[in-house]
Amino acid sequence: MAVTAPAFETIAPPAASARRRRYTEDQVPLGTVLIRMLAGFIVLAIFILPYIIMFFGSVKTKAQIRSVDPTYFPQEWHWENYIDMWSTPETPLPQNLISTIVISVFATLLVLLVAMPAAYYTARFKFPGRMVFLFLVIVTQMLQPAVLTSGLFRQFLAFDMIDTWAAMIFINAAFNLSFAVWIMHSFFAGIPKEVDEAAQIDGAGRLRVLFTISLPLVWPGIVTAIVFTFVACWNEFAASLVILSTAGNQPLSVALTKFVGQYETSWQYVFGVSIVAIVPVVILFMIIEKRLVGGLTAGSVK
Amino acid sequence: MSTTSDASPIQAGAAESRPRPGRGTEPKGGAGGARPGGRDLLASLPWIGPALILIFGVVLFPAVVMFYNSTRDISISGVDKGSVGLDNYIEVFSFPYFWPIFGRTIVWVVVVVAATVVISLGLAQILNKAFPGRRIVRLAVIVPWAASVVMTTMVVYYGLEPYFGIINKFLVDIGLVDTPEGYGWTRNPATAFAWSIVVAIFVSLPFTTYTILAGLQTVPGEVLEAAKMDGAGPIRTYWGVVLPQLRSALAVAVLINIINVFNSLPILKVMTGSIPGYDADTIMTMIFKYIQNQHKVDVASALSVVAFIIVIVIVAVYVRVVKPMKEV
Repeated sequence: MAVTAPAFETIAPPAASARRRRYTEDQVPLGTVLIRMLAGFIVLAIFILPYIIMFFGSVKTKAQIRSVDPTYFPQEWHWENYIDMWSTPETPLPQNLISTIVISVFATLLVLLVAMPAAYYTARFKFPGRMVFLFLVIVTQMLQPAVLTSGLFRQFLAFDMIDTWAAMIFINAAFNLSFAVWIMHSFFAGIPKEVDEAAQIDGAGRLRVLFTISLPLVWPGIVTAIVFTFVACWNEFAASLVILSTAGNQPLSVALTKFVGQYETSWQYVFGVSIVAIVPVVILFMIIEKRLVGGLTAGSVK
Repeated sequence: MSTTSDASPIQAGAAESRPRPGRGTEPKGGAGGARPGGRDLLASLPWIGPALILIFGVVLFPAVVMFYNSTRDISISGVDKGSVGLDNYIEVFSFPYFWPIFGRTIVWVVVVVAATVVISLGLAQILNKAFPGRRIVRLAVIVPWAASVVMTTMVVYYGLEPYFGIINKFLVDIGLVDTPEGYGWTRNPATAFAWSIVVAIFVSLPFTTYTILAGLQTVPGEVLEAAKMDGAGPIRTYWGVVLPQLRSALAVAVLINIINVFNSLPILKVMTGSIPGYDADTIMTMIFKYIQNQHKVDVASALSVVAFIIVIVIVAVYVRVVKPMKEV
């Protein structure tokens, strides 16, 4: 088998190699490099600007953030907001955070548990219905909870699971399954079959081959699947909005919208919570940066 | 392609002693010796079964439930009072705001996707050039992708508040708005919708830019060299050589963006949700107004079916144009 590397591996290797090559061989004039740096800096500034505003807002007092003559920078740094915000009356934020964590963690585990065997099997074996299965996976990737919310709502009502974490765990897992299957599928497909065979000749069972031989090799794919699923569940909004009606059950994304349209919104708390919710997932996403596209576009871009 | 056939004695022996399917047939090899048969399918179930259950139980079955409910009369308290034929659809289409909402949905999708793609083409061009610090800029571009769309929208909503909003202050400071308290952008449907478009473009840029960047990697360096040798300037090279190579990346980016933007709820929910009336709604926000404000799950289902059919058409186009299965 002429091993085809996973499609997305070819996506972003350029960073180091291409850069070095162009610097040394092409002799880009200094002026051009400076213009590029300036353009790059402007791009960077624009993309992080909303989050800088968020951060500055999160350390202002309510009086400062609602001042008729606002200042761009905080005059004083009120770090105590990061403690006080958890007891704001609008919504039980500590419970919302727990809800977000529980739903995201269990949905991610479920995705992993379900997607890994499917990805391994479809990458390794031909069986009737394999193409149908993979087609189904691609179609689900294009469907989102928003368009199916009314159906999901009635279904989980009938199952007596409305307003439960379990319902959201299933929904998040189902709608993020395809990315995980796809990214892991391409990693499994990239392992030379001979590696598996050698292990089988040595008498290892199929499950053992999967766990001791294949898994370590597809680890990057698994990490990508975990991170992507986790972040998607973390930010899910539409289905949670309808399925979870009790304030304490709702994730942060839904809970925070209650601040909008209030007579006197405590924006400093909204932003404090947002920073706490955004920073970890941004860091996670940066880890899998290079493999994001491959999983989302089903390998059709490489 | 040198497909390792699984006809090796050891493999065959293993398969006999253990009635498992598709003995190590390499999918990409194509020529593998899988015997199609019910037994193989059955043996694959422990592996793909859980995924099938999840897909059927939580994606396809709700779609069926939704189709069914769209023909039922469901009371506000949720009791199914029997069939009403197509009455719910009639209610959807005869709603005086339906066609404006439909038109607005098209504007929403077309403007956001078109602007996103054009801006992303430029961004990808910058990020594809070599310069010190490029890695940091690339990572910064990811931030709106990872961050919650609700939270990103809320900071813009705050910024647009009259009197204390920071965007309003900035617009006043640079002289674009001449009332000292700023302008109530989020108080009227037209400007709130316009700003929603800006936010939607902003949060769509990362995925689109990264997809185009991935596409740029497929442009062979030799072709660019050749174009240079032939005396083509940078603009001519871009139009004549680079853009055609980006065709498949662009097709994927456009279609996935159309789906995402069509399905987008949080931006409009935050920006325009507190404005009374239906002058800033799209099909998606209207579905949620039926469910949440009017408690008409039956009518919401009918409108959802309309939306679902639109999505399915887009997906069909995606499968035809992008051919995602060709890699399998």
